[in-house]
Amino acid sequence: MDVKKTPLYDLHLKHNGKMLNFAGWLLPVEFEGITKEHLQVRSFGGLFDVSHMGEFFVKGEQALKTLEHLCSKSVEKLKKNEAQYNLLINKNGGIVDDIIIYCLEEKANYLLCVNAANIEKDWKFISENNCGATVSNESQQWAQIAVQGPKAFALLKLLGIEEAKPFKMQWVSWNNTDLLFASTGYTGEKGGEIFVKTEFAASLWQKLLEWGGALGIKPVGLGARDTLRLEKAYPLYGNELNEQVNPYQARLSWVVSKDKEFLGKTSMLKEKAKGFNKYLVGIQLEDRGIARSSYLVLNQQGEEIGQLSSGTYSPSLSKSIAMGFVKTEYKDPGQEVWVQVRSKKLLAKVVKLPFF
Amino acid sequence: MKYVPEENYYTKDHEWAYADENLVTIGITEYAQSALGEVVYLDLPDVGQRVVKEESFGVVESVKAMNDLIAPVSGIVIEVNDILLNNLDSLNDDPMNTGWLVKVEIDNEKELLHLLKAADYKKIIDKKKK
Repeated sequence: MDVKKTPLYDLHLKHNGKMLNFAGWLLPVEFEGITKEHLQVRSFGGLFDVSHMGEFFVKGEQALKTLEHLCSKSVEKLKKNEAQYNLLINKNGGIVDDIIIYCLEEKANYLLCVNAANIEKDWKFISENNCGATVSNESQQWAQIAVQGPKAFALLKLLGIEEAKPFKMQWVSWNNTDLLFASTGYTGEKGGEIFVKTEFAASLWQKLLEWGGALGIKPVGLGARDTLRLEKAYPLYGNELNEQVNPYQARLSWVVSKDKEFLGKTSMLKEKAKGFNKYLVGIQLEDRGIARSSYLVLNQQGEEIGQLSSGTYSPSLSKSIAMGFVKTEYKDPGQEVWVQVRSKKLLAKVVKLPFF
Repeated sequence: MKYVPEENYYTKDHEWAYADENLVTIGITEYAQSALGEVVYLDLPDVGQRVVKEESFGVVESVKAMNDLIAPVSGIVIEVNDILLNNLDSLNDDPMNTGWLVKVEIDNEKELLHLLKAADYKKIIDKKKK
């Protein structure tokens, strides 16, 4: 597979971005260091190139019907210019993807932001289970820039974007193009994402960098994006979520509407009724060391009780944090568990989420 | 240009070694530190423990990655830079001086002859940058 470049690739190189292949895209893992960028987002703000994410449009008379059929959360109540976190669920009740749905026009026109690694899979899933909507994959035409941090809106204001509550959308006109802004993001900070046509992305990025400098807002790589999202315990597809994971197992029951039907609902509820043997939890290391994804979780007797799905050093908390699936009897906060870190068994405990 | 002092020996795994007769001080190079990013965790052997040339004697971790520390020589650990276990600043800011890791009494001074000289190590890291 060819490695793809976002429209900001050359600008990342210019800013000393260390580039890495992520889901088939060359993206910066860091610019000045993960810890530094992480703390910069929490104190001031950061710019993220999230152009690799996919954009699908679902339109027409059957648009709402199609989304209701595919998604676990009801889309019907979503008003124009509102966004919503949702899940595509397969017929076995597993998670095909976690997505954000943006309502451009009630019942008639929706934008879906899907994970880069899942673009082809989601496209196939939606096409095969479409209830008559007009669906288009416009991932190539759109770039996305996330502006996140306490100073984000001070910067966004210069583009004419007003401070808004989470999951609200607004259109602004900038430099002869329309920008779609939504106050969604994956760091837990204020701000949001700007959808911009690919050809305008580089000039917008440069403008944001130029204005952002005075506010302490600089570019941030995927490394800090991962530590930021893990501190907030936001699940990551491929780590916490996959087609074998049921939403109820992954602490996503709030994304399931009980009062509507959808493709995978029956299987999903059947699995839930049987009870899960593993459950997603937060784990914090008590001993010195760093927990990483795929490390085993053990009980006091040294028996394997689970595995970590994500793990890192948290720059905000100065300790190692992780998420992972453990046997259901160990899921409650406060329980002592151990993490197998190379040859050592390190003491850890199950903690309430989010971490930060 | 990274700092590569002439008086040290080097390994292709980016450790440096400074020999005062049979007492060898070992650390990671400035290149290694900057490639790793900020070091957030370090695991070192205890005093009295034996390290074996080309085998792991500890672990260094940044936010993004874990790396084994590979011993440039064989011998007994005589001293450990304990300050680092609570504060990694000197390892991050000054890996080739105050950020040293361990001092080892080596079995055989001839082992040093197999290590890289500064000029050869410089060639390796220059190539990596390209």
